Amino acid sequence: MNEEIIRFEHFGFQYRAQAEPTLYDIDLSVRKGEKLLICGPSGCGKSTLAHCINGLIPFSYPGESTGRLLVGGRETKEQGIFQIARTVGTVLQDPDGQFIGLTVAEDIAFALENDCVEEPALHERVAKAAGLVGVDRFLAHAPEDLSGGQKQRVSLAGILVDDVDVLLFDEPLANLDPATGKQAIELIDELQRETGAAVIIIEHRLEDVLHRHVDRVVLMGGGRILCDCPPDELLSGRLLSENGIREPLYLTALKYAGVEIRADKHPAMLTELCLTEEDKALVRAWFHSVPAAEVPPERPVQLEAESLRFAYANGHEALRELSLTVREGELTAIVGTNGAGKSTFSKLICGFETQQEGTLRFAGQDLKELSIKERADRIGYVMQNPNQMISQVMIYDEVALGLRTRGVSEEEIRPRVEETLKICGLWPFRSWPVSALSFGQKKRVTIASILVLRPQLIILDEPTAGQDYRHYTEIMEFLLELNRRGITVLMITHDMHLMLEYARRAAVFSDGRLIADADCAAVLTDAETVRRASLKETSLYLLAQRCGIDDGRAFVRRFIDYEREARGI
Amino acid sequence: MRNIFNYIDRPSPVHRLTGATKLVCLLLWSFASMLTYDTRLLALLMLLSIPLFALSKIRVRDVSFMLGFTAVFMVLNNVLVFAFSPQHGVSLYGTKHVLLSLGGSYEVTAEQLFYHLNLVLKYASSIPIVLLFVCTTNPSEFAASLNRVGVKYSVAYSVSLALRYIPDIQREYHEISQAQQARGVEMSKKQSLFKRLKSASAILIPLILSSMDRIEVISNAMELRGFGKNKKRSWYMARPFTGLDYAAMALCLALLLAALWLNHLNGGRFYNPFI
Amino acid sequence: MKKSPVVTIVAIGIGAALFFVLGRFVAIPSPVPNTNISTQYGLLAFMAALFGPLAGLLIGLIGHALIDFSYGWGIWWSWVIASAVFGGLVGLVARKIRLSDGEFGKKDLLAFVLAVVLGHAVAWFAIAPVLDIVIYAEPANKVFIQGLFAGAANIVTTLIIGLLLCYAYAAAKPKKGSLKEEK
Ligand SMILES: Nc1ncnc2c1ncn2[C@@H]1O[C@H](COP(=O)(O)OP(=O)(O)OP(=O)(O)O)[C@@H](O)[C@H]1O
Ligand SMILES: Nc1ncnc2c1ncn2[C@@H]1O[C@H](COP(=O)(O)OP(=O)(O)OP(=O)(O)O)[C@@H](O)[C@H]1O
Ligand SMILES: [Mg+2]
Ligand SMILES: [Mg+2]
Repeated sequence: MNEEIIRFEHFGFQYRAQAEPTLYDIDLSVRKGEKLLICGPSGCGKSTLAHCINGLIPFSYPGESTGRLLVGGRETKEQGIFQIARTVGTVLQDPDGQFIGLTVAEDIAFALENDCVEEPALHERVAKAAGLVGVDRFLAHAPEDLSGGQKQRVSLAGILVDDVDVLLFDEPLANLDPATGKQAIELIDELQRETGAAVIIIEHRLEDVLHRHVDRVVLMGGGRILCDCPPDELLSGRLLSENGIREPLYLTALKYAGVEIRADKHPAMLTELCLTEEDKALVRAWFHSVPAAEVPPERPVQLEAESLRFAYANGHEALRELSLTVREGELTAIVGTNGAGKSTFSKLICGFETQQEGTLRFAGQDLKELSIKERADRIGYVMQNPNQMISQVMIYDEVALGLRTRGVSEEEIRPRVEETLKICGLWPFRSWPVSALSFGQKKRVTIASILVLRPQLIILDEPTAGQDYRHYTEIMEFLLELNRRGITVLMITHDMHLMLEYARRAAVFSDGRLIADADCAAVLTDAETVRRASLKETSLYLLAQRCGIDDGRAFVRRFIDYEREARGI
Repeated sequence: MRNIFNYIDRPSPVHRLTGATKLVCLLLWSFASMLTYDTRLLALLMLLSIPLFALSKIRVRDVSFMLGFTAVFMVLNNVLVFAFSPQHGVSLYGTKHVLLSLGGSYEVTAEQLFYHLNLVLKYASSIPIVLLFVCTTNPSEFAASLNRVGVKYSVAYSVSLALRYIPDIQREYHEISQAQQARGVEMSKKQSLFKRLKSASAILIPLILSSMDRIEVISNAMELRGFGKNKKRSWYMARPFTGLDYAAMALCLALLLAALWLNHLNGGRFYNPFI
Repeated sequence: MKKSPVVTIVAIGIGAALFFVLGRFVAIPSPVPNTNISTQYGLLAFMAALFGPLAGLLIGLIGHALIDFSYGWGIWWSWVIASAVFGGLVGLVARKIRLSDGEFGKKDLLAFVLAVVLGHAVAWFAIAPVLDIVIYAEPANKVFIQGLFAGAANIVTTLIIGLLLCYAYAAAKPKKGSLKEEK
């Protein structure tokens, strides 16, 4: 067996500002060459655990720790942060924050420069690392000229220039489109095989990480390790659903069909999953037993975009000839590649930017006539980055802001804000400053601040980024409730699960154009659309093929209908 | 947005000079034009920058926007000087040749006009070289150059970070302002000062507080990648000096020495044609 | 907040970038026609109080020099140095304020006001005009009157923006052991 590189012994940690510890009694060991996935609900202490490993705790975040933590055989407390960095290379949660250089090459070179590596070795090693992750064509690019996925690759190259024993990733897939996320997982896997380093990935998107082999999954909850076992075991147990983590979709489908999931069937990867003939028959029988749902009647058109064309001041054409119609009371997903123009489209609707050509109509009225504020009375937009929306110090004030600027009285505001806080799972934190929240929690604050205004159309940009399944379900159920009352919802997302589960329709953007507009099952089972828009084929489709069901699209549709039926949508 | 500093990438001998050389030249040249009021040297400096522009393939069109700003600033400053001190030239040069009387102490004197000519030359001799520096120096090379001329690398890196995050902060400012308008915060100018301050703070506070969080993230990322580990660091963008570099620095040093020598000859900073 | 030297370096970089953006693009129109309330000195005072005199000095120096660079009128050294001196002085005088722990009481308010008034007075009533005279040989009455106006306007705007930032920052910073989930 390989040598042990990280070892937690009865380790605990409490941030200085916290009244309670964030980590309790952690026992964990990681060996060289192992691949670990850490998952758990938002705020359970995953990032905190990562900070302990890379030395940011205790050297950067003050607090008290108990027990022992050894990295590379020595206590972290006795090493400096630079010494730990020789063993552990970290890719942080925020790709913009850690892109430090003015260009790609400089950013990759950063660690080498600090080590005083001179020419020609400096240029050679940078070129090698860039080649390894496939950004060698972009060496002179500035960060704003890169897509999210490319930035992620640059961060990866930045730690690969040094030979480290542990690669630590905090939510590497957040904000990546599905195809890029898949590539990232494949890349991490290849790099691990080449370097023999241990890999630790913290991620909510379990199914996406399990696209490649993982040795162990560590499930955390409430600051403790609840389970540390091979993925096959975890997936065949009930711990995941009990802790609000979503299992892969194909497993859900198998369970609906009555197939028993056992560890020896290798449920972690669909390609290795053992299905007996009986199991397949069960799936087929289930498929035929589910009735096709009725198609709901057409509603009047609410939002109409016609041949929109928009270029940013720097000349970048973000939208070209984009047309889209949204009907009243619909719940539609907008999906597509990083940089396809999804956020730009929302900005046009809200009046943040003005199209150079084309028209936008809302309920028959040309939006050109309305100011940003007038549009905001009817259309709510939850932006991708919560930090750009939050302007108040306290959570309560933040949610109340929109009502106050609209002149609503304080007596009326209080019950509305409190109700919204409860719905968004923020009630326990109501008297905290916003700055004390995790990213996912902040996102919920911004959703709450728009929901409280009750607009006719809500646009949510990545509503579930950084959310765990439980909170995500709560938010989505609330949106559904609003939707049932006739409020139109547009959600921009990279999460194919979210789209399948909740959206009736998907509008697919690619390179500033609409390339498909159909029901979700049709979109996700069309190979050409999937490829052009960097989506990912759903595992349900593959499951259908493995069970000998020819009409994969119908299978996906049935699955969606069944789920909706079960949840009473 | 990066191009707020107007770097123009063209193959030319001036571009080929290392950033450090250009920085040293800029400093020497600026000191020369700052130290002296000798009309002849200032004129020479101004004229010298014309072939330099030609050599670096920067066209007037490329910098017309910046020249516009400068012209306004220059005119304004001259008007202010005349308004406040119409006799400043007389007191500097010690003689008085009245050309035109405007009433009161407002007279147009030859000395005052000559002083204004010098003031204009002072800009005209130092500004082209700054423009040239800005247009031909890759911002990426700037930090390395500062370090090369003796600035501590940590401070040099602050400059690099500032250049890196200016576009981000600009974009963020824009987006925050839009988000706040959508929430109903009025940004129009037709409001009372108090309201305007309130709406401005609705942008500034989130911008600045989130920047404070960003400081934490960036410094964590930098420490994790070993920043500050050693007393020195190397620079990816640094380039070795060539003969051309030494020649350029020697030329600029000569100009500075000329300025000092002229000051000595003139017995002060002013070249006085009136006596 | 930790006070590792790297934090100061980053604070200088980000501070200079903010100073640049505010100084170059953001101005609040004031009641006097054609004049604007410049916001960047409020930011500078706040950051100097938070990160200390060295940070204040360098944010002023780098930020102001970058603004001058971007306009292309060369570096107007006298004013750049005045900005730097202001930042440094505020950092020095406001050293006692423990903003980073989320505290900003009456005493801190007084120290901050004192620091701003003193800083601007030295920078604009003394340093900037004297340097204008020494470097550019400009007439004395022009530069002193200019400095007087600039300084007075800056004191008012810096106090408004700076105090706003200090209070917001202190309120946003959780106090030790204060975060508890409520049911
Ligand atoms: N610097 C800090 N000071 C005080 N409390 C903190 C700090 N960072 C995190 N916390 C708290 O510690 C808890 C765990 O946070 P952590 O960031 O580790 O969660 P996480 O599991 O990574 O969540 P997410 O999935 O949302 O990223 C949260 O309740 C958070 O409020
Ligand atoms: N303010 C801006 N100035 C210039 N270009 C911009 C700006 N904002 C976005 N872009 C560019 O416009 C294109 C579309 O961006 P947009 O943010 O709409 O993409 P997106 O589909 O939302 O992507 P993601 O899924 O990564 O959020 C991108 O190439 C982006 O780089
Ligand atoms: Mg986290
Ligand atoms: Mg987007």
